[in-house]
Amino acid sequence: MVAIEVKNLVKKYGTIDAVKEISFTVNNGEIFGLIGPNGAGKTTVLRIISTILHITSGSVKIFDYDLSKNSNEIRKLISYLPEDAGAYKNLKGREYLQYIARFFDGGKKTHEMIEKGVLIADLGDRINDRVDTYSKGMMRRLLVGRALMIDPKLAILDEPTSGLDVINAQEIRKIIKNTTEAGTTILLSSHNMLEVELLCDRIALIDEGKIVETGKPKDLMKKYSAKNIEEVFTEVVK
Amino acid sequence: MSAVGNIIKKELKELLTPATFIPIIIIAAIYGSMGGSINEIQKEAAEPPIIGIINEDNSSLSNIVNIMLETNAKVVFNSTSSDDIEVGLETLNEQQGVALIVIDKNFTSRITNEEKGNLEIYWIMKGAGVLDSISSSGVEFLLSVINTNISEQLIKSNTSINASVILKPTQRIETTYFKGKEFKGLSPNSIVNMLSSQSILIPIIMMMIIIMAGGIVITSMALEKENKTLETLLTLPVKRTSIVSGKIIASAIIGLLLALIYMVGMSYYLQGLSQGSSVLSKYNLVLNTQGFIIVGISLFMALIAALALCMLLGTFAKNYKSAQTLTFPVTMLALIPMFITLFMDFDTLPLAGKIFIFAIPFSHPMMASRALIFGDYTLVFSGIAYSAIFAIVTISIVVWIFNTDRILTGSTRRKRVGRSSIINRFKLRRF
Repeated sequence: MVAIEVKNLVKKYGTIDAVKEISFTVNNGEIFGLIGPNGAGKTTVLRIISTILHITSGSVKIFDYDLSKNSNEIRKLISYLPEDAGAYKNLKGREYLQYIARFFDGGKKTHEMIEKGVLIADLGDRINDRVDTYSKGMMRRLLVGRALMIDPKLAILDEPTSGLDVINAQEIRKIIKNTTEAGTTILLSSHNMLEVELLCDRIALIDEGKIVETGKPKDLMKKYSAKNIEEVFTEVVK
Repeated sequence: MSAVGNIIKKELKELLTPATFIPIIIIAAIYGSMGGSINEIQKEAAEPPIIGIINEDNSSLSNIVNIMLETNAKVVFNSTSSDDIEVGLETLNEQQGVALIVIDKNFTSRITNEEKGNLEIYWIMKGAGVLDSISSSGVEFLLSVINTNISEQLIKSNTSINASVILKPTQRIETTYFKGKEFKGLSPNSIVNMLSSQSILIPIIMMMIIIMAGGIVITSMALEKENKTLETLLTLPVKRTSIVSGKIIASAIIGLLLALIYMVGMSYYLQGLSQGSSVLSKYNLVLNTQGFIIVGISLFMALIAALALCMLLGTFAKNYKSAQTLTFPVTMLALIPMFITLFMDFDTLPLAGKIFIFAIPFSHPMMASRALIFGDYTLVFSGIAYSAIFAIVTISIVVWIFNTDRILTGSTRRKRVGRSSIINRFKLRRF
């Protein structure tokens, strides 16, 4: 089953073309990476799929729901982690998870969601501390916990390990990998090519709003006789 | 360029923004228009008051009064019989007059017999604002000068009349007509004082609620953006109307709580200043329970309208700093009707002023109590309806903005990043 189907997607900001007729599909249960430099249009694509930006033209389907017509239905299935997201500073970590969980389901399931979020965040007793006392790594773990605790059918993660040290980044990658085993489809963007090679089943290289190459990381490295994805990208955009 | 010069250049570039200048420009414009209004008021104050005279006495001292009035005021009605009072009042009404002064037929004889001479004054009051009483203050001043002149005359004539009558030879018997009501024994100034002491509370509270609760809404939106929580919120399965109404209702609750605390202190303070509710009740100048409920509804609708407006402004806030700037227009919109309603009555404003004040939804609760006391239900109910429409329209605009890209992108224009620079940055990135 196809989780995301993007066809000829165009996004303009006034006269600026941020995304230029891109098309790709993401299969159910897959980890799909959007790779590209700053300003390439990755975040715009993720924001469109997350229902917070409108399409200029083209179409996007999420689990067969048309994004332009069924954004409310899609919001029940997805979870979005923005690159530089924060949390409400006056809330404690657990209170923040509780606040988010209440939007999805009431009663017993809310409690289960919170406990799952606490488990993923793995902050120990600090989960009961105020968010404004958290380090960057702790904040990111809390937000990953928030994004994945609801068992979304599709998790959209913008630079999930951005700004984290090696240990924290590795732990978050493990959490993401485990999440797909539970049936969640992951769409992520990253600058970290090593992360992409390790995590993604398939990737799309995006540059100046266009997808310039799509495929499995190993197949692409083979195709361009490259040692890593960075070399693949440099070859592609030459 | 020196280090200091470099820092100055950067600081100026950062600080010289429209956000820095617009509030100052608005303040300057307001002061300018206030200066213009004060000039108009000064001109009005310099104009002789329009009055009518009925002199039933026609003897030495009453003629002093008559001459003084005719010299210093514009007399549009003159008679010698108190039977003409009604005709005189009608003439004054038509001619925008202030007062009809009736000199008692025994005026001179009473004074020479060591009693105070009676001056019956029928005031025609147009508005209950402080500035509305300027013309009546002119007549008040004239009457005090008349007293002094009669005293001088009595002293010059070496009379044996007792000192208290010489020092204050006249006494006023006053009746004021205002908005269809008759107030026996009250002058316009005393009515203005009583009403302003009673109706000052709501404008001040309204202004405080708007400034405080409005600031909360704008800051809340700014912090959602600054803390990067808005993007997450917008992807949750929650309707945009729920986000907007949730924020507005929470701020309204906080605003009302703050108002309650403020009101307790203010009411004690004003009790000390006011002339007491018994005087007001005697002249039926107090609100009944129904009136208080209507004022409460007006206050609530204006608060919702204010918070909806703040929410709209909040969508433009990028961070906490810009939120502080955006609270300024709301503060001004709260201050303007507060001052205007304190100084002038809605009825006495020029048409443009009426439209301006009516268009500000916060004005309505400020005017409501006075309007209800004088039975002007049309103004109050149309104000409530207008505030409700204003709130609905503004909330709809906010929800529409929440459904557009603008809430995140702020502007539709973005700087284009060159292809070569992108590739170079990408190549330089180490991983």
